[in-house]
Amino acid sequence: MLSKREWVWGYLLIAPMALGLAVFYLWPIAQTLYLSFTESGVFGGHTWVGTANFTDLLGDEEMLGALGNTVLYAVLVLAGVPVAIVVAALLNVPGLRGMSVYRTLYFLPVVTMPAAIGLTWRYLFNGDFGAINYLLGKLGIDGPYWVGDPDFAIYAIAIVGVWSSVGYNAVLFLAGLQGIPRQYYEAASMDGAGRLRQFFRITLPLLTPTTFFVIVITMINALQVFDLVYLMIDTTSPALNGSRTIVYLFFEKGFVQNQRGLAAAIAVVLLGLILVLTAVQFRLQKRWVHYE
Amino acid sequence: MRFRLPLAGLLGLAVLAAGCGSSSEPAADGKAAITYAIWDKNDQASAEKIIAAFQQANPNVTVKLEITPWDQYWTKLQTAASGGAAPDVFWMNSLNVRMYAKGGIIAPVDDAKAEGLPEAVVDGYRYDGKLYALPHNVSIPALWYDKKIFDAAGVDYPTADWTWDDVKAAAKKLTDPAKKQFGIMAPMWDQGGFYPTMIQAGGHVLSPDGKKSGFDDPASIKGLEFWTDLIKDKVAPVAEVYTDTDPIQLFQSGKYGMYYGGVWFASTFWSNPEIRERIDVAPLPAGPAKEAVILLGLANAVSAKSEHPAESAAFAEFVSSEPAQKILSDSGGGALSLRPGTQDGWFKAFPSFHLKETYEASMPHGVPYPATLNTAQWQDVQQKLLADAWAGKRPVADVAKEIAVQMNEILAKE
Repeated sequence: MLSKREWVWGYLLIAPMALGLAVFYLWPIAQTLYLSFTESGVFGGHTWVGTANFTDLLGDEEMLGALGNTVLYAVLVLAGVPVAIVVAALLNVPGLRGMSVYRTLYFLPVVTMPAAIGLTWRYLFNGDFGAINYLLGKLGIDGPYWVGDPDFAIYAIAIVGVWSSVGYNAVLFLAGLQGIPRQYYEAASMDGAGRLRQFFRITLPLLTPTTFFVIVITMINALQVFDLVYLMIDTTSPALNGSRTIVYLFFEKGFVQNQRGLAAAIAVVLLGLILVLTAVQFRLQKRWVHYE
Repeated sequence: MRFRLPLAGLLGLAVLAAGCGSSSEPAADGKAAITYAIWDKNDQASAEKIIAAFQQANPNVTVKLEITPWDQYWTKLQTAASGGAAPDVFWMNSLNVRMYAKGGIIAPVDDAKAEGLPEAVVDGYRYDGKLYALPHNVSIPALWYDKKIFDAAGVDYPTADWTWDDVKAAAKKLTDPAKKQFGIMAPMWDQGGFYPTMIQAGGHVLSPDGKKSGFDDPASIKGLEFWTDLIKDKVAPVAEVYTDTDPIQLFQSGKYGMYYGGVWFASTFWSNPEIRERIDVAPLPAGPAKEAVILLGLANAVSAKSEHPAESAAFAEFVSSEPAQKILSDSGGGALSLRPGTQDGWFKAFPSFHLKETYEASMPHGVPYPATLNTAQWQDVQQKLLADAWAGKRPVADVAKEIAVQMNEILAKE
């Protein structure tokens, strides 16, 4: 039993965090919910409009387009998760020389400013002067206008999205790999299982809790993508029609066009989408995640 | 040791609280301190000189300059204004002025102080019959051209008498696919691009009362097609090119004969000796119906909640007065002063460019930039739909008619 004194200290110690969460997360969420049912003035003040914002969104082509772009981006970035597993497996090879150098290199994008990442990739993707099309040209391939073409832009952004999340995911997988007891492998090799068989029968199943975590986090992050689109696609670019994500649309409505209520409704829809998709994943995990 | 965590949290909150309450406070010694917010760092030097001149004439007022980059300027201003803490005097443009006037954020200024300033710019700052900001500079779109490319192709340089046909003919002659050289550029730009051509063709962007879109006017459509045809005829690069590299940079690569840019690019071009030698500028060519140049000027607005309304208004008036306009002009920066007769210093800063001739030929055909209460909203529609026309995915006429329908819906709600 905790003494009363210990209870008090406990609460006191979590108070800063709890307070911060309440002030900077919970209160804004409540406000956003409320605002989504209003039409707000440019300089504050708002009127209650019921569910009008949501019905407006329902048939809105732009919202549907943004939804499609966002889901496509999320799928593409999730398809990059296996890359992180491979990277982690390679970084876990015992006796690898310069291991910490490689680990640092892969983790570097995670600690780099998104602005720097976006701008650098934008130069690389430049249709006329970019390094990527230059190299493709050497191979005899006429590269597209990666970030200028509405049909390519979202793929270009997804490439950057995968590139910048591989390091973070690989570190998580690395931790997962190192949590697998060595005895399993020893026992398996004594029973005559080869390396490949060990990977599929021991490593992958025991890595499923990490995989589950990585997929959930990656999906939530991908659905909220904004910075890369904002940095790599100009506000006047025709490619924006093919790469406008939900959060980008939220930004446009709320901060460019001053339709705060509608923007809040977009945010609420996104919150709902993330909640539902995450709940589905938690449901499905029972079928494929092994904790033992 | 045990207290460190909560204490740090409290300190953080205290800092936050302190940050919220800052606004212009009267100085203790009876002096009035006002803040002046602008967004362009290139104007810092001239603004500081103008402030110094103002303070010399008004020793009881001190002006503090605040520079916020364009990307954050409006968000910050809007937030500050909502909280009643807008700067005393701040830069305003004609896209936003009606919104700020209607919201009661800015106070009307003395219309008499705008006397002598070009009406096409001043009128952009009127709302409900009152003037809400005093303009101090003007941006004039113009035709930049690469003399080297013209010489090589044996084409005469553009003059003030040029028409659309001259542009098209020259663009054709200057284009050389083998060298990846194009006669002209056709980025999707409103002020110096499709707005003037819509008007030059006899069309309009907005009806004079600002209640109806002009995009479905057949003449307006002709003005839009001027640009898409240049791309279709392959004398201008496709739309994607301009989004990957800023047209102003493309032009400096020496592969493009003509560029509808702005006179305010002069300082950028001049800073590179090689470019300086190679290029020059002419007024926008005339369209089939008439000549038209869309003028935009920045203005200074005074906060309606300023604690020093008289001093703030005096400062805004000073920036648009002749002495301050001369200071702006003589600094030879990006901005061209608005008050007629004060521009000589600026022209002389770039002697080989025909800026004076361009200025004199453009000003008589000045047209205000089309704007209504919530301009950003219909400009967004225009931007998104025109992108398809520029990319060649949909016919211009279809797109233009759809813009008109959506724009009219938005305008009807204003």
